Amino acid sequence: MEKGCRSRIHAEPYERMSPPANPSASSEPPERANGLPTRRTTGIGITLTAVRRFFKTGVEAIAPLDLAIEAGAFVAFLGPSGCGKSTLLRLIAGLDQPNEGSITFPGGPAKRALAFVFQDPHLLPWRRVLENAALPLELTGIGKPERTERALAVLEEVGLADAAQRFPRELSGGMRMRVSLARALVTEPDLLLLDEPFAALDELTRRHLDDQLRALWQKRGMTVLFVTHTLSEASYLAERAIVFSKRPARIVADRRLTLPAERNFSIRSTPAFLAEEQALYEALVRGEGA
Amino acid sequence: MRDSLERVLAPLGALVLFLGAWEGLTRGLAVPSYLVPPPSAVLTAAASEASLLLVGAITTGRAALIGFALSAVLGVLLAILLAASRLIERALYPYTVFLQTVPVVAIAPLLVVWFGPGLRAVAVSAFIVSVFPVIANTLAGLRSVDPALRDLFRLYTASRWARLFKLELPSAIPELVTGLRVASGLAVIGTIVGEFVAGFSEGSPGLGIVVLSSYRQLRTDLLFAAVLTASGLGLALFASVNLLGTLLLRRWHASELQP
Repeated sequence: MEKGCRSRIHAEPYERMSPPANPSASSEPPERANGLPTRRTTGIGITLTAVRRFFKTGVEAIAPLDLAIEAGAFVAFLGPSGCGKSTLLRLIAGLDQPNEGSITFPGGPAKRALAFVFQDPHLLPWRRVLENAALPLELTGIGKPERTERALAVLEEVGLADAAQRFPRELSGGMRMRVSLARALVTEPDLLLLDEPFAALDELTRRHLDDQLRALWQKRGMTVLFVTHTLSEASYLAERAIVFSKRPARIVADRRLTLPAERNFSIRSTPAFLAEEQALYEALVRGEGA
Repeated sequence: MRDSLERVLAPLGALVLFLGAWEGLTRGLAVPSYLVPPPSAVLTAAASEASLLLVGAITTGRAALIGFALSAVLGVLLAILLAASRLIERALYPYTVFLQTVPVVAIAPLLVVWFGPGLRAVAVSAFIVSVFPVIANTLAGLRSVDPALRDLFRLYTASRWARLFKLELPSAIPELVTGLRVASGLAVIGTIVGEFVAGFSEGSPGLGIVVLSSYRQLRTDLLFAAVLTASGLGLALFASVNLLGTLLLRRWHASELQP
């Protein structure tokens, strides 16, 4: 897989690339106004071994599940509503514990940085955009000058530098979601988990954010797990799509998408794209009947 | 402009009509002044006893402010303690309800025994009457923090203090302000009741004492003036809390949004 190759080139975790050494820097204008280079990560791999989760009521959310996700992958999780995709994401984030089995992060740095983007932006309404984006750094004890600088840089990355001093309620839904994304990215995570992040947005805003997310992934190289309901969004964004059955979640299909790395709106009408979408659709139908 | 003019003029007009009717009826029906004094008599009494009412307002206002401040500080601290664990809440919350139900008139003599007559007993009476809404509202606010934000703070392994000061307390501010609004009126009521039992009649008597003594002398006009002064105090405290709430919330909370 191409991602794997790229990961091996930048094998040093937490290496700060100087701009000339960054292959993308020569072709693109500098991304950050303050001259900070974007840190590339190799991402981290995830191994789930016989993970099982059931709730107090006895409902089984996740049937014993084995899954390996390679470092730096962009993986979409698909499945019917309430099938346990979100539970799985929470288990991987450590916000919930499995009843059986284990989740390990082979080869990752000892101190993992991971970030979670929720279905809704969930910003602190009493804080300005800048202070919202800087929150994770603040909570991990990073001093004010550094966290302000880094939050401004990441806001610029998502196109919100002008809105830094505004309050969340003064923003549109799409802008709030971008603040949420900026907040997740500000710690430069090795693993980014997104739980149907753009589901509530209009189609145009969503596609714009999809493009932004994919560009950020290509630039930074973190592992991305993306839960979605939308087949076209999954095929457009991901390198690999995993389709789950209805509850308890089992894997119905695990596809590596054979699509070019550079994606734009014209890809959506190519036969290869439509074929991937169709294959995912068939898997979803199989999972519904399982 | 027209709207804001109307906002001032409408209630003012209603007041003038009401006072006019009152004045006309008491004079027309020749109601004795010791039963219902006409507004003009109340005004005259207020003017001639202005210094008494002013001193009363200062004494009562000071006790009410101390009681209200105690409620705000101790109420929030208690709410934080109760929110800290389900066990603590289950153990203590029923007894905070007791504060709500205790008949303060009945225990005011006890307050005199414990704190001595005067300011301290009166302020404690104001505190007892006004603390419960602060506890109950703040607790509700602390409990209704967005669960996703709790997850977020857990994800970044925020400390207990960071969670309290950066998430739970700011989230609870709208409810806290609601509790303080209710408490501001109650604090003045608690002060007057406290003064009935524990107030000094010599020195600088509070409005509760003025009410009592004018009642004993059947000076109903002065009694009205004292009651109105006490209401004015409550209103002033309420307006200050409202202003504080607007200042704290106007940038982010739906309750203070300008249309």
